[in-house]
Amino acid sequence: MIELLSYDFLRRALVAAVLVGIAAPAVGTFIVQRRLALLGDGIGHIALTGVGLGLLTRSSPTILALVISALGAVAIELLRVRTRTGGDVALALLFYGGLAGGVLFANLSGGSANLNSYLFGSISSVSPGDLWVVAGLAVAVVVILAVFGRELFVLCQDEEVARASGLPVRFLSLLIAVTAALTVVVAMRAVGLLLVSALMVVPVAAAQQLTRGFRATIGVAVVVGVVAAVGGLWVSVDVDIAPGPTIVLLAMAVFLGAVGAGRLIRMRRTGTP
Amino acid sequence: MMATPFSLTGGEVRYDRRPVLRGIDLTVRAGEVVAVMGSNGSGKSTLIRALLGLIPLSAGRAELYGVPPGRFRDWKRIGYVPQRLSIGGGVPATVREVVASGRIARQSRLRPSSAADRRAVDRALSAVGMADRARDPAQELSGGQQQRVLIARALAGEPDAFVMDEPTAGVDARSQETLAGTLRDLVGQGRTVVLVAHELGPLEPLITRSVVLEAGRIVHEGVPPIPQGECALPGHDHVHPHASASEPRLLS
Repeated sequence: MIELLSYDFLRRALVAAVLVGIAAPAVGTFIVQRRLALLGDGIGHIALTGVGLGLLTRSSPTILALVISALGAVAIELLRVRTRTGGDVALALLFYGGLAGGVLFANLSGGSANLNSYLFGSISSVSPGDLWVVAGLAVAVVVILAVFGRELFVLCQDEEVARASGLPVRFLSLLIAVTAALTVVVAMRAVGLLLVSALMVVPVAAAQQLTRGFRATIGVAVVVGVVAAVGGLWVSVDVDIAPGPTIVLLAMAVFLGAVGAGRLIRMRRTGTP
Repeated sequence: MMATPFSLTGGEVRYDRRPVLRGIDLTVRAGEVVAVMGSNGSGKSTLIRALLGLIPLSAGRAELYGVPPGRFRDWKRIGYVPQRLSIGGGVPATVREVVASGRIARQSRLRPSSAADRRAVDRALSAVGMADRARDPAQELSGGQQQRVLIARALAGEPDAFVMDEPTAGVDARSQETLAGTLRDLVGQGRTVVLVAHELGPLEPLITRSVVLEAGRIVHEGVPPIPQGECALPGHDHVHPHASASEPRLLS
């Protein structure tokens, strides 16, 4: 591992992996608490249109993915509030539109092969420019969660109580959706848009097998996320396999281990088999 | 003069054009303990949510301490205990975390929790007898204990007025006694309480006024209707004498 760090591209990949490992599970904890675990998937599909547009216009796919996914996140949140019934159909339309738009624009640009690296990730091809964007977004995500965390906790727990506490519910709802969009773009290079949500949900699912509180869940989920991202990158370089799926499968393995460990802990706590 | 905590004038609420509340005039003065009663679907929960401005009125006016809910800023004066079968959220949260979140209306965004916050949370936890469970996951508690946690969350905010939606529903006898004790202390301190209840049980002696709803209208207001004689027998269908003759309905 140490001698691998002499390669610039691997150093960048490692930094990106750590940033993704921190940001995705931290946002994911709030999203899972709000019972919107699939929000990341939806935003990931929409972000693909941004990537396609970037390829087509020969501008930065990362920046356009950022803009389009943030707009998509706002649209999803507005649909969630406005439509009491049929909201899931409206969301589905948005997701398919995003995916189809992305593939079509990428095709038109003649760079369909390029699209694969966004769909399934290519952390070892992160350019210095990309890394700056990813780092900036990851810092933004962490700062947002640090400043608004207490309010978001109340919102994600019970929206009505948030309103009766005088919290700006509409603003906070948009904030968490847009923060999720930023995270999708951070994680896009590491695991790809189709697997982005896995890094937001799986570490949280693993952590809550072991924890009793919300803060503890965020902490353990971030540790699981960093271990899976860095470990997955290392394994993929070592045995020469694709990093994105390796990272996600490693996170799933941690989840399975946590399920077993959680059972043991609870058994010991209650003293019953 | 002290402003009136809650008032609803000519309040009307519709869900999908169907009227759920009609012509509600209700004023709750400071220090009152008001029970909102009525059968399932009579509009009890809707009434208190309209009182708080959580759902829009299709007609009429709501005021919190003399201010319409949309312009009301003093939310720290109000503690809301929603009706929940279980504490929400897909991620575990400790009892202490849930109760501490009740301080939110008193906290500013960039300041960490203060010693005063922690003391208020401690007091709220002991008031409902949950201090020894503070580090346990709230989701693993019984229904009655979860209800006590939700009440403690409202207590932690140290509000002047409480709005509680069915605080006694599905709550075991011991939790009901604890709740009655907590409520007695609040009343002793001159706090205002509006609560929805199916049965008052041990809370009854504390209630200063009860409001009975039927099909979205107030059909009775006054001292709590105490079931007596034949009416107190289990299984008795209680037809309320104030119910309008055109729409006879069971209050059970």
